[in-house]
Amino acid sequence: MKRKWRDMEQALGFTVLRLSAVIIIVILAFILYDVFSKGAGVINWEFLSDKPRKGMTEGGIWPAIVGTFWVSLVTVIVSVPIGMFTAIYLNEYAKQGRLIRIIRLAIRNLSGVPSIVYGLFGFALFTLMLNLGLSVISSGLTLGLLTLPWTITASEEALKTVPRSYREGALALGATKWQTIRTNVLPYAVPGMLTGTILGLARAAGETAPILFTGVAFFWPVLPKFPQMLSQQFMALPYHLFIMSTQHHEIVKVRPLAYGTALVLIFLIVLMNSVAVVIRYRFRKKYKRV
Amino acid sequence: MDELILYTEHFNFYYGNFHALKNISMGMEAHKVTALIGPSGCGKSTFLRSLNRMNDIIPGTRVEGKVIFDGNDIYEKNVDVVDLRRKIGMVFQKSNPFPKSIFDNVAYGLYINGERNKSIIADRVEESLTGAALWDEVKDRLDKSALDLSGGQQQRLCIARALAIKPEIILMDEPASALDPIATQKIEELIFELKNEYTIVIVTHNMQQAARVSDFTAFFYLGELIEFGDTERIFTNPKLKKTEDYVTGRFG
Repeated sequence: MKRKWRDMEQALGFTVLRLSAVIIIVILAFILYDVFSKGAGVINWEFLSDKPRKGMTEGGIWPAIVGTFWVSLVTVIVSVPIGMFTAIYLNEYAKQGRLIRIIRLAIRNLSGVPSIVYGLFGFALFTLMLNLGLSVISSGLTLGLLTLPWTITASEEALKTVPRSYREGALALGATKWQTIRTNVLPYAVPGMLTGTILGLARAAGETAPILFTGVAFFWPVLPKFPQMLSQQFMALPYHLFIMSTQHHEIVKVRPLAYGTALVLIFLIVLMNSVAVVIRYRFRKKYKRV
Repeated sequence: MDELILYTEHFNFYYGNFHALKNISMGMEAHKVTALIGPSGCGKSTFLRSLNRMNDIIPGTRVEGKVIFDGNDIYEKNVDVVDLRRKIGMVFQKSNPFPKSIFDNVAYGLYINGERNKSIIADRVEESLTGAALWDEVKDRLDKSALDLSGGQQQRLCIARALAIKPEIILMDEPASALDPIATQKIEELIFELKNEYTIVIVTHNMQQAARVSDFTAFFYLGELIEFGDTERIFTNPKLKKTEDYVTGRFG
């Protein structure tokens, strides 16, 4: 009798767990199906390579793709070195104590600050105070700040996965602390750091609020050119999507274009996440067998 | 005693408020094997790690007293710890090969010490692997991962890695505790060979091992050095009751 109850309990447990997993997959599949079925029709070469025309009722989204690309690049350049160096300092050099605990707490809290607050802050600091104006640079810096806590946390976690014995082994052979970190810690931590960074970046690439304050344009008529575009306003995929789906004067007519934009954005983010997965996979393989 | 290459004077060690080593004074003779024995938590590993300042990396630790190596106190402010660890090598309890090739593991110490000459490195790698009785087993697969070696081979690789930078002293922290009897025997034979060129200090849980490989034995208990002397005398005719109880297996 008792036996039976235990079995039932187990079966119930499994069902709940399995159901939770299934729900996640169903939601994702539904979103993807919705976007794909409504947006795939407008995807063609012109949509990807042309700028919007006729009051955004025709043409493509090329300027928004380029804008998102350059903003993301600035974000990476800001976020990756600062984030990695901070993590190395916190995890390897800093004397663990109250100050470090406060810094860690600050970083965790920073990752919970709403993105629109970052937008406002970036506007005040980069656009106005540092006089960078409404530009790719201002937006990239703002998104860099936004992703920083993610980069730091992911990098610290990656450093923590490197066994203490690697550090001790190197130190015992007369390596300096920096040599130990450079030759026997970082090589094993960098892939993990990159994985976290890419995930953070994927999140940043889809953000609207921070760039709204700092440089994104409703419509920027010239095709963006490097490098002058860095100091100009720009179009970006998430904001373009927002405009097309809520602010446009012919909202029903452009709905397929909005879905097409969403599809491209999702595709870019899936692509970035895939890169993260590939890096992580290689990392694991390398860890196991050199 | 002949020539003391390394000795401590009234050495005390603290983890925060915990007094882990109490007033230890003892010396290691050159080209001899000194074994540190005692029950878990007696401070023998802490003592070993104090000898090349590996405890420095543990936050909240503190030392008093002296550890004299080559006539100088290694805890003096102006001592270069990196240089010290080059001269006093260490082999850990759990073999810790780096996830690199066998060759690169042994070459690592040379590399970080600035050696770039490929033929010198290759010679030294062979010499060290031979010294660690591993060369014949790995000479055909030096570029393979060190992690594919067996446990005993990995530990001998770690010994080879320590030999490569030609230390004067090798500290071994229970080097055979995770190995099977055959691999253990190989390590013990190796220790016997190595003392011709090196001074060895070994921590061990295994009393037979201490009796087999060492010339001198120090018995630690609760952070104190209870008895220290010739291995043969410690095991056959200990002066103190506590030592006798431990070496005869009455507690431990």
